[in-house]
Amino acid sequence: MTTVAAKAAGTGAKPATMAQALTRAMRDAMAEDPTVHVMGEDVGTLGGVFRITDGLAKEFGEDRCTDTPLAEAGILGAAVGMAMYGLRPVVEMQFDAFAYPAFEQLLSHVAKMRNRTRGAMPLPITIRVPYGGGIGGVEHHCDSSEAYYVATPGLHVVTPATVEDAYGLLRASIASDDPVVFLEPKRLYWSKADWSPQAPAAVPGIGKALVRRTGTSATLITYGPSLPVCLEAAEAAREEGWDLEVVDLRSLVPFDEETVVASVRRTGRAVVVHEAAGFGGPGAEIAARVTERCFHHLEAPVLRVTGFDIPYPPPMLEKHHLPGVDRILDAVARLQWEN
Amino acid sequence: MTVQELPGAGASHRPTPPPAWRPRTDAAPLLPDAEPYRVLGTPAADRLDPALMRRCYAELVRGRRYNAQATALTKQGRLAVYPSTVGQEACEIAAAMVLEDQDWLFPSYRDTLAAVARGLDPVQALTLLRGDWHTGYDPREHRIAPLSTPLATQLPHAVGLAHAARLRGDEVVALAMVGDGGTSEGDFHEALNFAAVWQAPVVFLVQNNGFAISVPLAKQTAAPTLAHKAVGYGMPGRLVDGNDVAAMHEVLTEAVRRARAGGGPTLIEAVTYRMEAHTNADDATRYRGDAEVEAWKAHDPVDLLERELTSRGILDEAGIQEARDAAETMAAALREGMNADPVLDPMDLFAHVYAEQTDRLREQAALLRAELDAEGDA
Ligand SMILES: Cc1ncc(C[n+]2csc(CCOP(=O)(O)OP(=O)(O)O)c2C)c(N)n1
Repeated sequence: MTTVAAKAAGTGAKPATMAQALTRAMRDAMAEDPTVHVMGEDVGTLGGVFRITDGLAKEFGEDRCTDTPLAEAGILGAAVGMAMYGLRPVVEMQFDAFAYPAFEQLLSHVAKMRNRTRGAMPLPITIRVPYGGGIGGVEHHCDSSEAYYVATPGLHVVTPATVEDAYGLLRASIASDDPVVFLEPKRLYWSKADWSPQAPAAVPGIGKALVRRTGTSATLITYGPSLPVCLEAAEAAREEGWDLEVVDLRSLVPFDEETVVASVRRTGRAVVVHEAAGFGGPGAEIAARVTERCFHHLEAPVLRVTGFDIPYPPPMLEKHHLPGVDRILDAVARLQWEN
Repeated sequence: MTVQELPGAGASHRPTPPPAWRPRTDAAPLLPDAEPYRVLGTPAADRLDPALMRRCYAELVRGRRYNAQATALTKQGRLAVYPSTVGQEACEIAAAMVLEDQDWLFPSYRDTLAAVARGLDPVQALTLLRGDWHTGYDPREHRIAPLSTPLATQLPHAVGLAHAARLRGDEVVALAMVGDGGTSEGDFHEALNFAAVWQAPVVFLVQNNGFAISVPLAKQTAAPTLAHKAVGYGMPGRLVDGNDVAAMHEVLTEAVRRARAGGGPTLIEAVTYRMEAHTNADDATRYRGDAEVEAWKAHDPVDLLERELTSRGILDEAGIQEARDAAETMAAALREGMNADPVLDPMDLFAHVYAEQTDRLREQAALLRAELDAEGDA
């Protein structure tokens, strides 16, 4: 704690949580642009069940931060109309699995409006979805639903893994003229970093991956809630003589092929890690792209470490489902491919 | 499972022909009363059935005790979460009591108590909330659908099941429960419409407890009452005092009877109050004041009935004590059941995804098996 405080003293940065950075991003966007409206279930008086919209209704009034009736299709459908009329709605889906009633609006309209209207009617909507497990939630509170979103052309899909990115990516999403599904790894809401809302670091926007750790033996490709797990695995792998590079995708659509390909060409080996089910999951796409672009550089097949292909398990069993350090290290060991 | 194997199959084969469609020329009979229907404390209480009321009382006391015990288990970390129904026991109890064995209950995530009152083992009823499995019982065995977490999504299921039973000639009624917030979901509206068009034997019970987490009813609907929503779909709406177990029992019984007789669905709005926070993760002081909660305390469902029955000589000290003792016995069993650590088999993760295991899942199961064995060796 003392080192953190000392470091913070010079920069004006204090330890801040991802949750605080997200709140600040919406606050700043609303202050700068009167067309930004926040809406969803419990986002007003309560500040959201995770308190991510805390204080927005007080500061900007209930017309700008609105408690809606309890109806996800209605929330997103209304956001479509608001965006058609020039507003920039930021909607909150309370939990991953409760966004499903809104899929009709998402798939049929949000994702397609620009295309249907030959560009005449873009929809600048940000859809915030707390997602993923590891919090001991009961059923329907822990889905990793990114595969559905990334399989839907017309949507951007981003997910921060750090406090800085939470702020920077959310600002970029709200500023985007296209709909963005903004996936919030809820188990990282309370992760902390030194961060200053007065001088938020400029982060690369939507569509750029970042190398979070450089290495030479293999690349771990990951995003969102699995980033800290991969960084931990990379540390642990040092003991085994493996020097792992870790790439944080940050944005699943668009997918930053160049950063990923450059890394894998350097290291010659790759493992994709995510919580979502493996079959038809984002990792399948990434592994395919990497294979297509790096075939001659690869020393081993691209492996995936993912959640099992099962409905999200009850809390007492989730530890067996979620990709952890050991499973990642096992995959890394299998990269010593000798046909 | 074939249709012939379904429970209730062969029970009766007298298909009720669906009524011919006719435009409703008069919506007035469908409209709810202006005030919630009450029995306790009114002249209607003169016709109370003492034996039934004593049963109601015992169930209410047990229900209150169940709520207290489950809440305590949450504080002890034995339950991940418990959405309490303190204050709403009359709705939960009456819903279970009016159903016959062959009928089905479609509870929402808050309605554990209704499931227990229907006879479900209290420990089984809580496994979802403890976190060992999503549904701790066989729905067919108890004719209780899994407690539904996604709001209002169980309502179309209730309609479909009731419709199917009628097609098969079985006199089965489905009673589906939903909160005030849930009435805003599209599924609620689609379910009501289907039920009315099909004249399905369904009873929709809305527990209007004032809030959907933090959002008050005024931000949920602009309708005069939630019961009014029935009219547009062409079914009767009934407004009833949800803290008055006698009124709840009467209105629900009537709706179930009508459904069973082929009279179609009913929407019942029970006006009640959520005395505790949404769950233990919720801070209710952010959105409501103590005064409101205090005012509802004076309208407590257990006290209301106890006062009426003791003043009428239907219940005495001995009867009250007997109910409390029975409730304690249940609470002790629940404590004991929940304090035993559940023995879980991680391999269960793969056991119930498909009827026939896929190769891929077999592979993943083998991976987990190897990990568990390695852990065991370590
Ligand atoms: C489809 C869906 N959206 C959101 C939620 C999250 N959620 C759980 S309970 C709740 C409030 C429910 O209020 P109400 O329907 O009035 O029932 P009550 O909790 O008062 O019994 C919300 C928003 C959910 N479970 N399902």
